[in-house]
Amino acid sequence: MKKDIDFIEQADAYIRGNMNEEERRLFEDYCKKNPADASKYREHVQLLEKLNEYQNRIDFRSKLEHIQSKLEIPKITKSSDSNGIIKLWKNYGFNALIAASVALIIVFSTLWMSGFYSDVKDNSSKYSALKRDMNRIVNNVNAQNKVISNISSNVKPAAPSTFGGTGFALTSNGYLATNYHVINGADSIYVQNTKGVSFKTEVVYIDPTYDIAILEIVDPNFKEPASVPYTFKKAESDLGQDVYTIGFPREEAVYGRGYLSSNTGFGGDTIAYQVSIPVNPGNSGGPVLDDSGNVIGIINGKQKEADGAAFAIKTSYLLKSIEAISKDALNRKMQINKSNSLKGLSRTAQIKKIQDFVYIVKVY
Amino acid sequence: MVNNIKSQVLSDQEVIDGIANGSTGELEYLYASYFPMVLQLVTKNNGDEDDAKDIFQEAVIVLYDRINSGDFVLSSKLKTFLYSVCRRLWLKRLNKNDRMSLNVQEQEELVAVENDLLEYQEKEEQFLLMEQSLHLLGEPCQTIISDFYLRNLSMQEICEKFGYTNADNAKTQKYKCLQRLKKLFFG
Repeated sequence: MKKDIDFIEQADAYIRGNMNEEERRLFEDYCKKNPADASKYREHVQLLEKLNEYQNRIDFRSKLEHIQSKLEIPKITKSSDSNGIIKLWKNYGFNALIAASVALIIVFSTLWMSGFYSDVKDNSSKYSALKRDMNRIVNNVNAQNKVISNISSNVKPAAPSTFGGTGFALTSNGYLATNYHVINGADSIYVQNTKGVSFKTEVVYIDPTYDIAILEIVDPNFKEPASVPYTFKKAESDLGQDVYTIGFPREEAVYGRGYLSSNTGFGGDTIAYQVSIPVNPGNSGGPVLDDSGNVIGIINGKQKEADGAAFAIKTSYLLKSIEAISKDALNRKMQINKSNSLKGLSRTAQIKKIQDFVYIVKVY
Repeated sequence: MVNNIKSQVLSDQEVIDGIANGSTGELEYLYASYFPMVLQLVTKNNGDEDDAKDIFQEAVIVLYDRINSGDFVLSSKLKTFLYSVCRRLWLKRLNKNDRMSLNVQEQEELVAVENDLLEYQEKEEQFLLMEQSLHLLGEPCQTIISDFYLRNLSMQEICEKFGYTNADNAKTQKYKCLQRLKKLFFG
């Protein structure tokens, strides 16, 4: 019987393989002969096995901890949330992209080859042009409504746009008539004749009720032209009479011809005629003349929804305004022309004579 | 190397062989492939990410033990095995914590894993006992025992490390420690 401590010592050596052949055989023999020590040996081995397993488990756990710490959880969470669709996309996404681009190319090239795009271009230009027209109509109606409301309510109207209108000479010494709405809210007003020369003017009289304004050319460069060729007809003109106007809807003088279509203006307004003359913004303030060269009115607006419905302030109201001007307010004598030099002339000859007395009114 | 393994598709047998050989790559593959499934199972059933990690780690250990027991034959897909183990473990933990346990989805296939878990549990109990025993053993015994029996240091090295004047003292110390451990572990 060995001492316990020595037996364990030998058992460790045996397990570790630190014994030579001879020693091993001796140890095995000893165990066979001493069952008590043999069971001690088994117990020892069992303990060491458990110890080893325990250590292995600890090592393995730390290995797993390490792997876990490297896991990218957010990514995994995301893919586990919707892995069906993502899988599908991963597998077929590229194919789907190619299919989609092929489809797009085919669609657009077919459209292009069938001339779809040239049609589209035409349509769109037509469309935008139409839009511009619509805008203009709306603007015109708005402007006109403004004018109408000014006339009826006698309230100071809102400032008009900076573009101008038309004016015409009342006398040869520099007095002009135009619409009140043309010059309303102006800082300064210039008039330009058909030769392209501009003159500074000042307002000497306004009558918002009748939409009439009287201007005076104050420019020292202004030379008095020959006497005014047309006269002013105080009496009402007859329905159906041929009338014409000259105005500046653009930088050039534009002649417009038509007939007197009604003795009242917009909404039964008795101060104006309805004339059937094609007019545009810029015609405002232009004279309306009859065959024999009498000014019968001043163009001041139109109703765009109705065809050829322009309105002109009757000359009688212009003359009333002129009479109302205080003589003291004037620098020069305002002598309204009474002798008509247009009678019997052809329309073209009349226009030639009138042209020099019609001005563009430029409002700044 | 590791990335290669992760991006490959390994057969179940390849994974099992790799784990049997102590390879880390196959374990990483296991995590990459099957952890999301378990994460979903746990997080949808009153658990959080850490719970999922615990559960999955247990399941991998169950698998590891089964593989190392030598007679392991996979009777189902590896995925099914792991899912079944995790599900069982999680239900058990929910019951223990008295939490709701009715929401566990049954969308995955299941295999019977009760025996595997029993085996695992026995082992875990023994390990716990070993852990406690070693803890009670205290120092320097704990270190001497693990130096000699786990790290396979020689008595000479242990002598030097602990500053014993002669080998007999060290031998006696080691013997005493071992006897105490035996008593603690086997009761």
